[in-house]
Amino acid sequence: MSFMQIIDLKVHYPIRGGFFNSIVDWVYAVDGIDMEFEQGKTYGLVGESGCGKSTTGKAIIGLEKITSGKILFEGEDVTKERKSRTSHFHREVQMIFQDSHSSLNPRKRIADILAEPIRNFLNLTPREERKKIDELLAIVGMPGDSKEKFPHEFSGGQKQRINIARALATNPKLIIADEPVSALDLSVQAQVLNFMKDVQKEFGLTYLFISHDLGVVKHMCDYIFIMYKGRFVECGTKQDIYQNPKHLYTKRLLNSIPATTPLGREKRKWARQEFEKMYEKHIHKAFDENGRVYDLIPISDTHYVSASSVKEVV
Amino acid sequence: MDILDIQNLHVGFRINDTFYDAVDGVSFTLKNNEILAIVGESGCGKSTLATAIIGLHHEQNARVTGKILFGERNLLECSEEEMNHIRGAEIAMIFQDPLSALNPLMRIGDQIEEALTYHTDYSRDEREEKVLQLLKQVGISKPEQVARQFPHQLSGGMRQRVMIAIAISCKPKIIIADEPTTALDVTIQAQILDLLKELQNETEAGIILITHDLGVVAEMADRVMVMYAGEIIEEAPVQKLFASPKHPYTRLLFNSMPQLHSTNERLNAIEGIVPSLTHLPRTGCRFASRIPWIPKDAHEEQPIFHEISKGHFVKCTCWKYFNFQHESSINR
Ligand SMILES: Nc1ncnc2c1ncn2[C@@H]1O[C@H](COP(=O)(O)OP(=O)(O)OP(=O)(O)O)[C@@H](O)[C@H]1O
Ligand SMILES: Nc1ncnc2c1ncn2[C@@H]1O[C@H](COP(=O)(O)OP(=O)(O)OP(=O)(O)O)[C@@H](O)[C@H]1O
Ligand SMILES: [Mg+2]
Ligand SMILES: [Mg+2]
Repeated sequence: MSFMQIIDLKVHYPIRGGFFNSIVDWVYAVDGIDMEFEQGKTYGLVGESGCGKSTTGKAIIGLEKITSGKILFEGEDVTKERKSRTSHFHREVQMIFQDSHSSLNPRKRIADILAEPIRNFLNLTPREERKKIDELLAIVGMPGDSKEKFPHEFSGGQKQRINIARALATNPKLIIADEPVSALDLSVQAQVLNFMKDVQKEFGLTYLFISHDLGVVKHMCDYIFIMYKGRFVECGTKQDIYQNPKHLYTKRLLNSIPATTPLGREKRKWARQEFEKMYEKHIHKAFDENGRVYDLIPISDTHYVSASSVKEVV
Repeated sequence: MDILDIQNLHVGFRINDTFYDAVDGVSFTLKNNEILAIVGESGCGKSTLATAIIGLHHEQNARVTGKILFGERNLLECSEEEMNHIRGAEIAMIFQDPLSALNPLMRIGDQIEEALTYHTDYSRDEREEKVLQLLKQVGISKPEQVARQFPHQLSGGMRQRVMIAIAISCKPKIIIADEPTTALDVTIQAQILDLLKELQNETEAGIILITHDLGVVAEMADRVMVMYAGEIIEEAPVQKLFASPKHPYTRLLFNSMPQLHSTNERLNAIEGIVPSLTHLPRTGCRFASRIPWIPKDAHEEQPIFHEISKGHFVKCTCWKYFNFQHESSINR
């Protein structure tokens, strides 16, 4: 049973211009998506840069205005409530932001950054609070003396670990992790991903895992949404997507994964460029006459594909 | 031809009125038309090194010593004014953190145009045309629209591509790319990497590519340097490094890669943490504490670089005695 549903979510941004700074156009950043979340599962959200992944995440936790659509949490419509920073929903749904550098307040020490969610949502004595902060830092593998430091004293990867610690502080139910490990080196990435799996098992956490690294997504996710221009073009279980991709865009993604050996790279480059030509030739079929990606239709119990591509591009 | 020759570079940060070296005696050269990749654990000093090359450390907070020879000039002795001309026109940098490198109050198009105004003598019309062309080159599909937008209105990956457009706008001789594609999806990543290569074919620029993505290294690099805790610990031509990595850190790093075809629940992480700058051991093998199962006398007291085959250098001798921990526990 799912504890949270997203129904026909849309986020449109106005583009202003001209003399009077009037609205000249719209960016359809998110344009009608449906999602469901079950406890203890990891959901992948993958897609081209600028396709609307972060916007989706931010809209869910209430940092972006929703143009239309609904969010149900434990059976209740929280579309309005989610904007209040101290609501129950906010404690249960946390986000790790993509831009680890600018999401930490430069004037605050790490201890205060981590204390903030604790004070907002948990009722701890100062001693318990200090203990909690130490625990959180240990969990993400940061030295204890980090507490007294400021964000600029850390490397990119270290800052990201602090962000993860902050999201974990309130023991949430769902964590929306926007590219949580893309700034991390491989060994720290492995630590963080192992750790995310550990806490998931322990607390029954659910993740919405936004990433463009298909290796990481495959390792982490049970169910995957492929997003393209604000809409889903394909979704299914890990097996559906990796073993039986249907949509041309999904295939293109899988096709661009870099190999892990330098041998044969000239040949790969050539093959990639050939695929690209084929892609350019056929991708227009993914859109209807209004330039919108077709709706999803099921091709199995778990596997959904945007309509056009089912017959046309196999 | 060597276009950059770095000798014994140290970069120390001031912490409680003492300087602690984040880059601790690094020497290497970069040739034109070469792609040199730098990989290494988060916090090992890659960005600090890059920032030193383009001279953006503040004197009050950072102490930079050694030599950075760019042609005839030692960049560490150049005046601020000279550096302003070199930066962008001759040595360009793509920053790891695009949001803080772009001006939040300036439209994207104007920011790119500014670089062109400063370093080229294009006319206004030419510049405007060039801006759109650059945006298209980095794979932005609506260049006219994006040129009119502000940084906060773009997605993370779009901002990164704008940075790349600015960096390549003046056809620099050296491009330092600090995690240029980390925020990008694989398809655009491939496109950007191909673009950098094409640009290089045309201008013969030398590229320093900082990344933690070994796939990117495999696809792009000619030569690879591996850093750990402020030092270079291994250097080799790319094929050699992938075929036979030697230093324990390098081997553990390769070992922690998620495998597309593996069903393992857990990834192999490297146990322990990188010590903070103030707690870094400054003598002996810095990696020793991360591989406690390797006997102490496997390490050199004063680790030095050994050339173990042509162009393949490894620091310390511990690599000869290294095995993965699970192997050693099986043996016991
Ligand atoms: N405040 C805003 N005003 C106008 N347009 C915006 C705004 N924020 C985002 N957009 C646009 O919405 C689209 C989706 O952006 P979003 O940040 O969700 O992309 P993304 O999928 O997270 O990409 P990336 O992988 O690069 O982070 C982009 O075209 C972006 O330019
Ligand atoms: N301004 C600063 N003041 C004090 N210490 C700093 C400063 N900038 C960086 N450091 C420290 O210097 C070391 C090297 O940082 P650097 O940003 O160069 O790492 P990096 O290799 O680029 O890591 P990443 O892969 O995470 O980006 C780290 O220990 C970091 O905490
Ligand atoms: Mg994003
Ligand atoms: Mg860095």
